[in-house]
Amino acid sequence: MPVLELRNLSKHFGAIEALVGVDLALESGEILGLMGDNGAGKSTLVRIIAGNFRPTGGEMLIEGRAVHFHKPAQARDAGIEVVYQDLALCDNLTASANIFLGREMRRRAGPFQWLDERSMHARARALFAELKSETRPADLVKSMSGGQRQAVAIARTRLAQAKIVLMDEPTAAISVRQVAEVLDLVRRLRDQGMAVLLISHRMPDVFAVANRIAVLRRGHKVADKPANDTSPEEVTGLITGAIRAA
Amino acid sequence: MTAEQTSAKPAPAIDALAPVPIGGQSPWLAMLSAQSFWVTVAVTVTCVAMSIAYPRAFGTEENFFNITRNFSFIAIMALGETLVIIIGGIDLSVGSIMGVSGVVLGLMMFHGMSFWLSAAAAIAAGAAFGLVNGWLVSYLRLSAFVVTLGTLSIGRSLALAISNNKMFYEFGPDQRLLLDLGGGSTWGVANSVWILVILAIVLGVALKLTAWGRHVYAVGGNESAARLTGVSVDRVRLSVYVLSGVLSAVAAILTVGWLGSVTNALGLTYELRVIASSVIGGVNLMGGEGGAYGTVIGSVLIEVIRNTLNMAGVDPYWQGTFVGLFIIFAVLLEKVRGLRLR
Repeated sequence: MPVLELRNLSKHFGAIEALVGVDLALESGEILGLMGDNGAGKSTLVRIIAGNFRPTGGEMLIEGRAVHFHKPAQARDAGIEVVYQDLALCDNLTASANIFLGREMRRRAGPFQWLDERSMHARARALFAELKSETRPADLVKSMSGGQRQAVAIARTRLAQAKIVLMDEPTAAISVRQVAEVLDLVRRLRDQGMAVLLISHRMPDVFAVANRIAVLRRGHKVADKPANDTSPEEVTGLITGAIRAA
Repeated sequence: MTAEQTSAKPAPAIDALAPVPIGGQSPWLAMLSAQSFWVTVAVTVTCVAMSIAYPRAFGTEENFFNITRNFSFIAIMALGETLVIIIGGIDLSVGSIMGVSGVVLGLMMFHGMSFWLSAAAAIAAGAAFGLVNGWLVSYLRLSAFVVTLGTLSIGRSLALAISNNKMFYEFGPDQRLLLDLGGGSTWGVANSVWILVILAIVLGVALKLTAWGRHVYAVGGNESAARLTGVSVDRVRLSVYVLSGVLSAVAAILTVGWLGSVTNALGLTYELRVIASSVIGGVNLMGGEGGAYGTVIGSVLIEVIRNTLNMAGVDPYWQGTFVGLFIIFAVLLEKVRGLRLR
């Protein structure tokens, strides 16, 4: 049974049809590369899954159960984590503070509650070790490289034992050298049994890690096949419309 | 700066080879790069130099008592202002809130009501102003600058209307209590200073050790990130404006007790000194940076400069110029520190 399933999902913004009857299934331990040109509907799809938008029509199922999200917190509670394109990090806080932002570990004594900094650092250190990243929990995010920032954003998804991770253009804003580092992080998420939906413009990155590739064009899904059965040339054709469907 | 701007800038490829950058881990480095540290040095150097130069006038117990008392009122308000600036806002209405709260206190006590009831009403008035500021800024997404400029005007006018432009100097049965609280001292230190110390410690602890404090910094650092991670941004912001109003009211009660009278002009133009204290103490006007200690030491510096200029016989007309120069210098220092981090 797929961990995430979309059935006939559509979304209209007034007269604009951002998504039209999209079916999509995502299994645990799989990386699905979602590709498409600007305005093809990738971001809309991610935002619906993440609970930012409500679909106009269609169904969304998690582990076979229909879900309706009214806000992002509900999606998170259902086991969906998002790594946003701009990473959604606070530069002025430490790595560990960012990982735990909004769900800090606390200690309590009578009416007083305070942050359990030591436990959060320990947990953050363990998460970075698991991701084989050299990022240190007490470092400020503003002093970090693009790759380390990605590691912080990805470590955050490991905190809640998510089932599904949505990654929006994780390699768009970093140097070539760090791309390999980030793709390794993506593979490690898969190896730990998560379902990863990777949204990217960068053909080589998608082909490097994805098991399966789906292509959106003007709100329609025009292809969905194993990465081995397709090629960058075919996907490019599908994205631009030179190939109508595959 | 938003995360989008920073991440959109491609990081240089050499990053992966460079040693892990500094920041956050060395307490010594952190201290040396903190503006509050250098302000503390400036205060200490000035005090030592002045004590040597004017041992009979500056270096006396009496003068130190005066200095500490004088900055305590401003510093209490600046604690609230600092919170507001950390979340990326500004509160221009603190002086007017002080005026309204002071007049409410004076009027009620003049009519024979108890100190505690009147003080509670004054604080409630401050909280109400903070609530209005915070609600308009958080829930209606209006600009903090414009909203608090509006409440600055409203507050001053309300103070005038409530007091009917009268001065209050008779405070009924609890007059003694009020005057002792604001003007008296305990163990050789002015009561208002004790209250400042307690408030600063409570706030400092809350900022560093509680989830609320962490969220205050998060909202100032990257509001959309805070929202996406589930921080209740609007509630945090509202709480900060309310605290700013409440602290202005507390400062009003103490000031009225010290002066022994209150008019509707109480706190007029104080917002400038309050914001100056915060900024000199290392609060970043872009949000996300600052603390309780820095705010207090910032207001200490302003008062020490004022006092020093008095002692040195500088025409008081020039005081504003010096304070202004320090504000600009503080912002310049922030810029230099920012460059070094990048």
